[in-house]
Amino acid sequence: MKFLYAAYAITWLIHIGYLGTVRARYRRLEREVEGLDRK
Amino acid sequence: MKKAFPIFALLTLVLLSYALYEALVAAPTEQTMGEVQRIFYYHVPSAWTAFLLFLVNFVASIVYLLNRSDKADILALVTAEVGVVFCTVVLVTGPIWARPVWGIWWTWDLRLTLTLVLWLIYVSYLVLRRFSSGSQTPLMAAVLAVFGALDVPLVYFSIWYFRTQHPSPVIGRGGSLDPRMTRVLLINWAAFLCLALLVCWSRYRLERLKREVEETQALEALLEPKGVR
Amino acid sequence: MSSLPAISTATLTKDLRLEWRSKDAINSMLFFALLVVVIFSFSFNPTAEESRQIAGGLVWVAFLFAAVVALNQTWARELRNQVLDAYRVSPAPANALFVAKAVGNFVFVSILEALMTPLFIVFYTLRALGPAWQLIPVAMLGTWALVVNGTFFAAMSIRTRSREIMLPLLLFPISIPALLSMVEGTSAILTGEASAKFWIVLLAVYDLVFTSVSLLLFESVLNAE
Repeated sequence: MKFLYAAYAITWLIHIGYLGTVRARYRRLEREVEGLDRK
Repeated sequence: MKKAFPIFALLTLVLLSYALYEALVAAPTEQTMGEVQRIFYYHVPSAWTAFLLFLVNFVASIVYLLNRSDKADILALVTAEVGVVFCTVVLVTGPIWARPVWGIWWTWDLRLTLTLVLWLIYVSYLVLRRFSSGSQTPLMAAVLAVFGALDVPLVYFSIWYFRTQHPSPVIGRGGSLDPRMTRVLLINWAAFLCLALLVCWSRYRLERLKREVEETQALEALLEPKGVR
Repeated sequence: MSSLPAISTATLTKDLRLEWRSKDAINSMLFFALLVVVIFSFSFNPTAEESRQIAGGLVWVAFLFAAVVALNQTWARELRNQVLDAYRVSPAPANALFVAKAVGNFVFVSILEALMTPLFIVFYTLRALGPAWQLIPVAMLGTWALVVNGTFFAAMSIRTRSREIMLPLLLFPISIPALLSMVEGTSAILTGEASAKFWIVLLAVYDLVFTSVSLLLFESVLNAE
């Protein structure tokens, strides 16, 4: 059933989306840390 | 500690795949609703996980109010965010399940309405954290969290009584559950709990790093010789 | 004088006297309340039968909007004159200030409601089929529910960006059980189809819980530096 797959897919999209933002922020922070280390 | 993270991540992935298989293939098909009912194996454990995360947020907020621990504050922030994520999943899968089975997208039934109100309360919590000025944020947030958590039983009772006065379709399965279905449900719940733990762990690490960086930057700004760099 | 009731009363009388003298705030809010009633009545134009069913919701949403406008300026005068710093340093209990502000808001919002109600009755030809006297506990407990949390969240919103939007943003989700009780209680009394007793009790419990929590935590919020 379309609805079943849609539900499961959206669940995963939401979780992956959130983890994606966490990873992006982490990368940005690591770049800032490098900037600080260099000083 | 660092080594444990990727191992746990892998474990969680395996558990989630297994749980997915159980939900889609191994679990018996429901008589009245058909295949669509399998959404239930994602919808319900997400709700339980969200409630658990909000409970942890409540405890962490109280701990913060008692001893102003930075760790408690970070834990409160993390569980609120991840709780909202899981809550969003519940609110999205609920209507997707309801439409084919009961013909409606939404109904103000007890569980769905309670979840919506919880979502609203914790989103307002996150907005407060975003909008308040740095030094007071943990305290304000902790206070709001206590207000929110104390509100929950009142929300529950008000909606419960409202529903007895104005009955309407209930989304979900009535009555007892086939033991095979219960097993699949619990497997999925275990998988989602591990996922929640994993995500909270990552978010916690992110927040710790962020605060350390901010502290270092603040210190540097203080120690910079005044005048031209 | 350092007792809580004494200080609360003093602050309250001062506030009321200042409001009465200036009359600006009162007048503009009264007019705002009138506008809200008119606009709602324009937008929702039901028959006499239907109006009893929906009046509860309409009336309380209108009151809610009027209350938010009043609540938003709760601490405005204190902020303008750095009164809060003085309060933090003084030996006066923080709760005295909170009680004074909350009661002041309660009086003010109640006045707004008392003025808006006859207008609603006129526009919707309202008549209570149930025990009309029960509307009084519903109104009083409901108004206190909005005001006690509203005053507290107004204090919390002071140190945030977008102060004016922060208050309703925090207030509305937490007020949902109270709002539901007010609306359902009022509808039950107007239509006479059910008893409002449960809703009145729930409002009383709500008021008790949140008044206690507010009194408990206000000092921390006031002193947050």
